[in-house]
Amino acid sequence: MTSFSPGFQGRGRRLADRLPPGQYPTESFPVLSAGPTPKVPTDSWAFTVTTELGATHSWTWDQMMALPQQETVQDIHCVTRWSKFDTRWRGVPLDAFLEDVETAADFAVVSSYGGYTTNMPLEDLLDGKAWIVHTYDDFPLSPEHGGPARLLVPHLYFWKSAKWVHGLRLTPEDEPGFWESVGYHNYGDPCREQRNWGD
Amino acid sequence: MALTWRPARLLERHAQTATARTLVLSVPGWAGHLPGQHVDVRLTADDGYQAVRSYSLAAPTNGERIELGVQSVPDGEVSLYLADALPVGADVEVRGPLGNWFVWRPAQTEPALLVAGGSGVVPLAAMIGAHRRVRSRSPLHLLYSVRAPEDVWYRSLLTDDDPSLDVSIIHTRKAPPGSDRLPGRITAADLAGPAARLKPTSPVYVCGPTAFVEVVGDLLTGMGLDPATIRTERFG
Amino acid sequence: MADTAAHRDGNCLAGPLSEILSVEPTTAWWRCPECGQTGTLAELHVYGPDPGLTARCPGCAYIALRLVREDQHVWLTLGSGTGAFRFTTA
Repeated sequence: MTSFSPGFQGRGRRLADRLPPGQYPTESFPVLSAGPTPKVPTDSWAFTVTTELGATHSWTWDQMMALPQQETVQDIHCVTRWSKFDTRWRGVPLDAFLEDVETAADFAVVSSYGGYTTNMPLEDLLDGKAWIVHTYDDFPLSPEHGGPARLLVPHLYFWKSAKWVHGLRLTPEDEPGFWESVGYHNYGDPCREQRNWGD
Repeated sequence: MALTWRPARLLERHAQTATARTLVLSVPGWAGHLPGQHVDVRLTADDGYQAVRSYSLAAPTNGERIELGVQSVPDGEVSLYLADALPVGADVEVRGPLGNWFVWRPAQTEPALLVAGGSGVVPLAAMIGAHRRVRSRSPLHLLYSVRAPEDVWYRSLLTDDDPSLDVSIIHTRKAPPGSDRLPGRITAADLAGPAARLKPTSPVYVCGPTAFVEVVGDLLTGMGLDPATIRTERFG
Repeated sequence: MADTAAHRDGNCLAGPLSEILSVEPTTAWWRCPECGQTGTLAELHVYGPDPGLTARCPGCAYIALRLVREDQHVWLTLGSGTGAFRFTTA
């Protein structure tokens, strides 16, 4: 065994380790859509958290922008098999919206302008694992990529990172969302290749 | 219906333009099709990954031979493969014929307007070919929008002497020398003449990129055509 | 133009739906329960094909159907709800 440079794997190997099974890396940023692109002016934008008891907490655009902002660099993985490394976002961690919300719910359904929904365990949105982002690569997030603001949950397949995010409903039971209800995996972990319902 | 995937062997490939190809395939057991119909083409990679895309049939029924029109687009994993990589003599899989809405039937006798944007001319070429084969006297007018003269597909089909076919070509970026129309996107003025010759029940077939089809549809309904007579095929 | 996201028409559903329907589907008549517009399945606006096909009313974007193809199954929802049929095709 050589004693030189332990742990060195080389560029190609490192790339392969970084890529979840069945994925390929891309430099481009493909746009997938399930409907018309909503036009959401920031002066009418709102984000509302609704608890399982019906209590609501809302933020306007200005209120959201006044929360502590974070920059984060993440690899993202789309279920259609492309992965994109080192995407750079700016936004607010979900923890900031949920810290004063009283709930016993274990799950969340995220909803978007235009009607899209996606579900996940609440814990996957907490502890710095998810953000509402409004800036991509130093530019305001474009409408086709979910602007003015989208959810970012990079440790799950990218359909969970709902574009045009509008609300979050806390639920005691897990309720399948737009793609989860029509054959996609309820959790969607890229590392375990949870693409389809039965995976 | 339960259409099955059938093997289709590439017999010939012809260049239509620098980036557009006609593929002639042989499909054992092909039972014929209507002009305007399409097929789904399925490609399978070594690792089992499959990609399916729709392609319009470019010519009327001809035994077990079918013709597809393929415009290669950057990043188009299926179109790039079909346009340049699939070897002659090799097989892909096809499913079809598909769709009974965007079709022209030889029994139709009223004048018809065909409006093509770029490679949207493919299913309309099948209609023109079928119309000519049955020697239909119902007037057809093709309004065909291309970027530049070198982007025109099916030159011989469109220039052959055919008293019941009118062809108007609209150039959006570069017009041929001596053209009396400045290059530019299709307008109401381009559509007004052909539309005036239609009967109230005449069908209009519009095929092209989504934005093109939306513009043409809006222009035609804006000049009073019944939306129910306008049939569209968008290819995204 | 209502939107810039590329969509196609219901024509392209003919193949995917042929796996589970025995009648050519694209000429089927449809009435939008949201805005009342009528037309054929061929005239719906279709987004996709990935991650799935979403067919919407051309007038108001109400969801007419969604279809996802995976391995041995075709998943289909009709309307905007989330109750899906899963057809086994292989």
